[in-house]
Amino acid sequence: MSEFALEVKNITKRFPGGVIANKDVNFALRKGEIHALLGENGAGKSTLMNVIYGLYAPEEGEIWVDGQKTEIDNPNDAIRKGIGMVHQHFMLVPVFTVAENIMLGAEELQGGRLDISSARKKIRELSRSYNLEVDPRAIVEDLPVGMQQRVEIVKALYRDAKILVLDEPTAVLTPQEADDLFIVMRELTERGVSIIFITHKLREVLAVADTITVMRRGEVVGTTSPEGKSESDLAAMMVGREVLLRVEKEEAHPAQTVLEVKDLTVHDERGLTAVKNISFDLKAGEILGIAGVQGNGQTELAEVLTGIRAPESGTIIIDGQKVPAGNPRYLFEHGMAHVPEDRHKHGLVLPYDLVENVALNTYYKPPFRKGLVRDEEAMLEATTDIIEAFDVRTSGPFSQASNLSGGNQQKVIVGRELSRPIQFLVVNQPTRGLDVGSIEFIHRRIIEERDKGVAVLLISAELDEILGLADRILVMFHGELVAEMPVAKANKEKLGLLMAGSEA
Amino acid sequence: MATASPTISQTEEKSFLRDNWILLSVLGVTLILILYFYNQNAIVTTAVLAAALRQSTPLVLGAMCGILCERSGIVNIGIEGTMLLSAFVGFITSFLLQDALGPGAIWVGVVIGVLSGGLMGLLLAWMSVTLRMDQIIGGTVINILAVGLTGYFYQQGLTAGDKLRAIPLGPLADIPLIGRVFFDNPPLTYLTLLLIVLVHLLIYYTRWGLRTRAVGEHPRAADTVGVNVYKIRYVNVILGSCLAGLAGAYLTLEAVGSFERLMTNGRGFIALAVMLFGKRTPFGAWGAALLFGFATALNTQLQFADINIPHQFVGLLPFVLTILVVAGLVGRTRDPKALGTAYSKE
Repeated sequence: MSEFALEVKNITKRFPGGVIANKDVNFALRKGEIHALLGENGAGKSTLMNVIYGLYAPEEGEIWVDGQKTEIDNPNDAIRKGIGMVHQHFMLVPVFTVAENIMLGAEELQGGRLDISSARKKIRELSRSYNLEVDPRAIVEDLPVGMQQRVEIVKALYRDAKILVLDEPTAVLTPQEADDLFIVMRELTERGVSIIFITHKLREVLAVADTITVMRRGEVVGTTSPEGKSESDLAAMMVGREVLLRVEKEEAHPAQTVLEVKDLTVHDERGLTAVKNISFDLKAGEILGIAGVQGNGQTELAEVLTGIRAPESGTIIIDGQKVPAGNPRYLFEHGMAHVPEDRHKHGLVLPYDLVENVALNTYYKPPFRKGLVRDEEAMLEATTDIIEAFDVRTSGPFSQASNLSGGNQQKVIVGRELSRPIQFLVVNQPTRGLDVGSIEFIHRRIIEERDKGVAVLLISAELDEILGLADRILVMFHGELVAEMPVAKANKEKLGLLMAGSEA
Repeated sequence: MATASPTISQTEEKSFLRDNWILLSVLGVTLILILYFYNQNAIVTTAVLAAALRQSTPLVLGAMCGILCERSGIVNIGIEGTMLLSAFVGFITSFLLQDALGPGAIWVGVVIGVLSGGLMGLLLAWMSVTLRMDQIIGGTVINILAVGLTGYFYQQGLTAGDKLRAIPLGPLADIPLIGRVFFDNPPLTYLTLLLIVLVHLLIYYTRWGLRTRAVGEHPRAADTVGVNVYKIRYVNVILGSCLAGLAGAYLTLEAVGSFERLMTNGRGFIALAVMLFGKRTPFGAWGAALLFGFATALNTQLQFADINIPHQFVGLLPFVLTILVVAGLVGRTRDPKALGTAYSKE
């Protein structure tokens, strides 16, 4: 018996093209501890976990499980060694029951038939002994996200996992759900499970981890205990320089009303009401934050406000004029800018190069048009300016958008949208999945726009972001606006409760 | 978790009666209508129903090919071509061997026909799983290939010595109506009825079926728990195409006794509509196939009757139904999420 559940020794992983994702990484997980693996996107956390889970083969290095050197060539090997992984995007079949999902790949048979009742029994026993209540007969897609995550944990325990890897587990949770998850994690460690907790959220690391390992650019920069450490200490380790975690901003000076929304009702793809009869207004020079757990109608609201989707009923007024439904170009020409939620689907054309992406919404008029053809020179110039002003790390303006990292893609979009004269900016989850450095940069640009007198609508599931940026906050729950407050009156607990639907 | 919602459903224990009342009432009405017409004209009613079952056989086999493929995430629009090719290969095999083997040649023809279907499945799986080609193109390749090959090797006037004959199942065959319809059929028709049950069990009650459905919905989830996505897809497409091959063999060796150019006549495509109409379940597909088969049988029977409807209108019925189903106007179901998309590991 070793005191370590898992040791990773001198792992080096290179990708084709020479990128070194992990360089001589050492990492040791003590039995029964919660070990946070902290790092920005692209720091090599996921690569390391994929090596441990047998999805990538490292060029150099060894993996030791419980004091013994082991070879892990595929997920089956990892499962057999007692390693379980809860992926950031759940690996659950939505139309299956909980029991079917949990037994998949580890089915028990009786005379050639699936033995679902013994699986259910085993799941109930696991639920009871780990205090993780799940109903084996429930259909996964009917379950709330927190419950689905619990199914993933039970799925790992069903395979006798002794080491649990949680990849960004709180990204999809409300603050309360996250706190519940931390309680579950504690329970698990008390029963001998060791946990690797991958995250880039500093607050959570300090709240729950026993040990913290920080990675930067593929290397481990240090392992420390959380005692005596502050969020800014950790942020500095992650980024390699001092980072401003709080956005500095002046008092807002709201001026005339730019946007008025009256009695807006929106349906989603399935024809269900996603936004229910909401009204609000937005003034020049203020940031209005819309808080809410994902899937409470924010996506549909943003789509209607940016003309991608037509509303069911209600009116949108910009500058005193009624906006025609579902007409993005009208909105662009009236000074609307949009940083969409899904930068791959709505923000960029990934196979295009940066120059083409920069011209995407104004290609049809000067300066990007010269007579009947595009003005390639003007497009290139605009792109070069954006690359410079927004600190986009790329091999050049003609590199394909898909080759950029998430943070740099987002900077291209923000750059494109903010390089036009605008009066109204919709930003939806602007920093999702971005690293601390890029977040800081994008936040600063949003505040700059506000100070220039732009009306900003900020939609975000990150409470830190809402509290840090917004001047006024609306909370959305099940398609309705359930609360409005100035930022001075808001705090995390209050918003968290409102987002979960309780009357605070 | 405090905010965990109470939307826990007891999905596996819903009442069968409450969930299936539409189905049950349709069945009831159908039964009453059948008895009424049987009372009016026993011979014609029996003939129409028996013909409906026979017509439904290739359709339900084709539909089950579609079910196995689509449940694992592969669109197979090459069922038509697979059927046609197997019909030809099965027939030629049986024709060439009839002198040497006598009556056994037909069975060799059936087996070779089925295997040739499996070979087409291997081709489709290779194109859509390994090469990650567009699956619609892959299916089209098979359809064009089958028309070309069978047309090239086709010789006029070949007839087999015999075809598979009906085997009455003893006293069961003497039951009025039911006996003639269900228990007095040639062997491949019986085999098909058995296969419907087997495929149903395979999909819903075996490990293979669970993994197949998982791969069709969320292949990455299946991959992360150690399920071999490629293997599941290959085997399902090949197995399914064997069923389409059996449908082809049925046409030449049991239904007709000879091969004609393009003799599948759109059955492979109607089978896809049958599959959709039956919500990708074997029994649903069987019900839908019977309905289509019934429309065809009615068409034939009306040509003898003294009714003032041109029989061509009734003959249109299967195709009109197909259009309605495929356009999603009738019996629309949710597609498997990963349907039509190739899976790649990274």
